[in-house]
Amino acid sequence: MTVSVRLQHSFGGFGLDVAFEAPAGITVLFGRSGSGKTTIINAVAGLLTPDAGRIAIDGWVMLDTEARVALPVHRRRLGYIFQDARLFPHLSVRQNLLFGQFFAPKSAPRADMGRVVEMLGIGPLLARRPAMLSGGERQRVAIGRALLAAPRLILADEPLAALDEARKAEILPYFERLRDEVSVPILYVSHAPAEVARLATTVVALEGGRVTGQGPAMQILGDPNLMPTGVRDAGALLQAVVVRHHDDGLSELSAGGVPLFVPRVPHPTGASLRLRIAASEVILSRARPEGLSALNILPGVVEAIREGEGPGAMVSLDTPAGRVLARLTRRSVTAMDLRVGVACHAIVKTVAIAPENVS
Amino acid sequence: MTGWLPPEAWSAVALSLKVSLWATLCSLPLGVFTAYALARWRFPGRGLVNGLVHLPLILPPVVTGYILLLSMGPQGPLGGPLAQIGVVFAFRWTGAALAAGIMAFPLMVRAIRLSIEAVDPKLEQAAATLGAPRLWVFASVTLPMILPGVIAGAILAFAKAMGEFGATITFVSNIPGQTQTLPSAIYAFLQVPGGEAAAVKLVLVSVAVAMGALLLSEVIGRRVARRVAGI
Repeated sequence: MTVSVRLQHSFGGFGLDVAFEAPAGITVLFGRSGSGKTTIINAVAGLLTPDAGRIAIDGWVMLDTEARVALPVHRRRLGYIFQDARLFPHLSVRQNLLFGQFFAPKSAPRADMGRVVEMLGIGPLLARRPAMLSGGERQRVAIGRALLAAPRLILADEPLAALDEARKAEILPYFERLRDEVSVPILYVSHAPAEVARLATTVVALEGGRVTGQGPAMQILGDPNLMPTGVRDAGALLQAVVVRHHDDGLSELSAGGVPLFVPRVPHPTGASLRLRIAASEVILSRARPEGLSALNILPGVVEAIREGEGPGAMVSLDTPAGRVLARLTRRSVTAMDLRVGVACHAIVKTVAIAPENVS
Repeated sequence: MTGWLPPEAWSAVALSLKVSLWATLCSLPLGVFTAYALARWRFPGRGLVNGLVHLPLILPPVVTGYILLLSMGPQGPLGGPLAQIGVVFAFRWTGAALAAGIMAFPLMVRAIRLSIEAVDPKLEQAAATLGAPRLWVFASVTLPMILPGVIAGAILAFAKAMGEFGATITFVSNIPGQTQTLPSAIYAFLQVPGGEAAAVKLVLVSVAVAMGALLLSEVIGRRVARRVAGI
């Protein structure tokens, strides 16, 4: 299933003009606040009527301003996961979960309540009221409620933004499972690069109401020109396989044949995972370094150099593990005589790869 | 027990209870609807509707009663056609219920409207995204959450209806056994020599009814509020 969205809307001096496709998996609408993310998701939900546009899932049209089609919110077959959970306070967790199911068409393929409850680990909460739940528990129930509504499209508007770091870490794996186990496309709004790197199948980068780039997560996140939240947040995404777990608390991974050492990951040997390497954590060296404490050395060739307005520069390196981004000073670029096509090594400290950057 | 109060006083108490109950029950759905419209909808003439609803609160009750008599009386522009189909309000207990309902309406709407404004529209949006049509959103989310306000509004309206005097006596007069409500009966007893004893007893009855209604609303309101808040 693929969602295609085309929207034009202007309000209060802000103009939104976007078109993108969201295939199965998680499509992250990625941009800073004010880039139009929430406007898009609310237009898809039907909570806002855009000036012009068309929204369809595989030919099933929810909105087409030219054909004067605009399904009301309740007929769009959504599962909307809000930032603030929005559980119904007067209903128990079980009644909240069943709320959407009650209104789903009888012919719709139903998610099994038992499976959803088990997947989200909310069995012990069923008899409770939302007021008695923690923030993380509430968000898990909200995910379950959206799933059980038999949606054709799941919307998530910064569902982790209201949670502290520990709660975020608690909820992220559930979204990963959602991405991997549910065939329904998910539109996910976020401005947090680490979250995007972990969850996104597809990224739609937004800036000032325009799409500046869309495509597979690896491609968009590895392109420093597209980083909508600024160069400070840039970082490359690598695909790796767990080779073995060492006794000293490290896990050895292999990314395109290059060994990488990261703090112990919970994944079993042979599991495939992705890790994000922030550009600001990468050091470059022309010669292969010797006698260095950093464990991760990726050989590569300079692919592009982008100099910013300030003293910084962004160097993209083509390595066997994939594209790696490094943020250096322009002075270093000159001193090292870095040019496109020059061979060099990217060095990453093991401890610079934090657990939230591995999924 | 019947000897404690003259029979016409008892019938006034019974009539007042009947009139107030009908006035409250019949105006309640309209009150909820009006409160919802005023709280949530932006429509042309909203200010006018708001003003009309509040009019009985600020007009002298006698004026409201007289307007009712002019419009709903047998020769009135509304009363005439209604009488044709057999619906008569003037000088009947139904007229007393109508007057009481109109006088109590602003209080009822205000209480319910406050509770509707306290409901986060985001919850109603969430219900809609989950597939609930508008009326279902109201029935399954809004109504349960405003129930304490609805109950408070209803009991306030009932108490106001029990005490309504000016509009009632102007519209339906003070006919013992037919339109003589509790306050009209007290007034009537005070007009005749030796009627004071009965009047004082009726005062005690109205105090008891008012206190009872208030206590009941407290108990129900607290219980429902707890259930709604999920504690």
